[in-house]
Amino acid sequence: MNPSPVIEVCGLAKEFTIHAQGGLRIPVFSGLSLAVSAGECVALHGPSGCGKSTLLRALYANYQADSGRILIQHRGGLVDMVAAEPRVVLAVRRHTLGYVSQFLRVIPRIAALDVVAEPAVRNGIARDQARERAAALLARLRIPQRLWHLPPATFSGGEQQRVNIARGFILDYPALLLDEPTAALDVDNRDTVAQLIEEAKARGTALVGIFHDQALRERVSDRVFDLESARTIV
Amino acid sequence: MIATLADDPANGATNGDIPLLQVRDLGHSYGSRIGCRDITFDLYPSEVLGIVGESGSGKTTLLSCLSGRLPLSQGTIHYDTRTQGLVDLAALSEAQRRLLTRTDWGIVHQSPRDGLRMAVSAGANIGERLMAVGARHYGQIRDTARDWLQRVEIQPDRIDDLPSTFSGGMQQRLQIARNLVTGPRLMFMDEPTGGLDVSVQARLLDLLRGLVDDMNLSVVLVTHDLAVARLLAHRLMVMQGGVVVESGLTDQVLDDPHHPYTQLLVSSVLQV
Repeated sequence: MNPSPVIEVCGLAKEFTIHAQGGLRIPVFSGLSLAVSAGECVALHGPSGCGKSTLLRALYANYQADSGRILIQHRGGLVDMVAAEPRVVLAVRRHTLGYVSQFLRVIPRIAALDVVAEPAVRNGIARDQARERAAALLARLRIPQRLWHLPPATFSGGEQQRVNIARGFILDYPALLLDEPTAALDVDNRDTVAQLIEEAKARGTALVGIFHDQALRERVSDRVFDLESARTIV
Repeated sequence: MIATLADDPANGATNGDIPLLQVRDLGHSYGSRIGCRDITFDLYPSEVLGIVGESGSGKTTLLSCLSGRLPLSQGTIHYDTRTQGLVDLAALSEAQRRLLTRTDWGIVHQSPRDGLRMAVSAGANIGERLMAVGARHYGQIRDTARDWLQRVEIQPDRIDDLPSTFSGGMQQRLQIARNLVTGPRLMFMDEPTGGLDVSVQARLLDLLRGLVDDMNLSVVLVTHDLAVARLLAHRLMVMQGGVVVESGLTDQVLDDPHHPYTQLLVSSVLQV
């Protein structure tokens, strides 16, 4: 196994400044360091509001960290997601770093099957083949076939979440971020998600996740990263 | 070592590391009033750059400067041409610049009336640009026109109809077909979905997303609609008072805005 971490966070800091409230500053974390190796799953832990989602979003460069580095192993090199140009960040997201957000962002007129297939198509996989993979994942996640060709806008919360999970697992990303992937799911589907995570680990994917579901957390994670204690170490 | 895309040819087109458009310190003044100033950016192949800001922020002025419809008061624009490589647009002759505009570039105006010739048929609107690049065979031009009507979801049997008989959404799609028929590498779009019903807007956005991907187009997109920007643009420049106040990855600018004006803009969007 590759000894150097797939994701390495060094001295990361993030605060929000709300200009509408006189430049109110809300520090979230600082001096945060974390390394995740191939095949390892790290669960972020801490009370609501401690910055778990913020950290996950910062790792994806959806939020701009104020200082520190987020090094991602990308195609034989290292990319610092904090400093990289937008097009480099997009390339890392396309090939290396997947992200399953809590809520699906619905795109008008696009069928569920194509929403799931899209990351594969953008990665150069033929559309038919991408759709086959998408169909297999949707079936595994128990989305009825009659829904596959409908845009997910009208789906239930749980169905949308499963479409989002399928989209996140359509590619074998070397690194994957999961934001409460099972919040709205029943027992059977939680089990399927746990299996998907276990399979990804077996392939060598480095995972960072927020799992409020304790059973899932204990089943899939190798390590718990406590943000409350981590951020005091500056 | 920190890798960049330049280190990895597999990350994109062969020229992925050479910007298609290089803009440095661009500015335009209307007399003593500043339209836009100090605009600097690179646009890479297959990249969609969104320019957002309220009306009067200078975004349309900037787009007009970039597309050669307004002279620059300051700064330079370099473009990576197919034949000569990187050239300073100011150094091109009028004829060279016109050829570039008609073949390698496209401009989609907010109002289709500004981009279409309303007195000639849909087919002629598409054929005109083909003829500008030397197509002379009537049958082939007609076939290509029919094919493009289909690609933008217009019934090919409307080929002989005047654009004035089309709905607003169809006119906008015709304008896009007219521009794309010559296989341009760079498109300038000014509020392409402005003035359309939301359902028509969604269809047009879907179409544009597909075409931009399929044709590896680079696009400079001016819009005041942040949802349109999120859907189409890879990265954003936020303009206020003629200058860029914030720029970066689209979802980062929209989800973690830093500048007071961007925060105001993002928080002003009505939720449905």
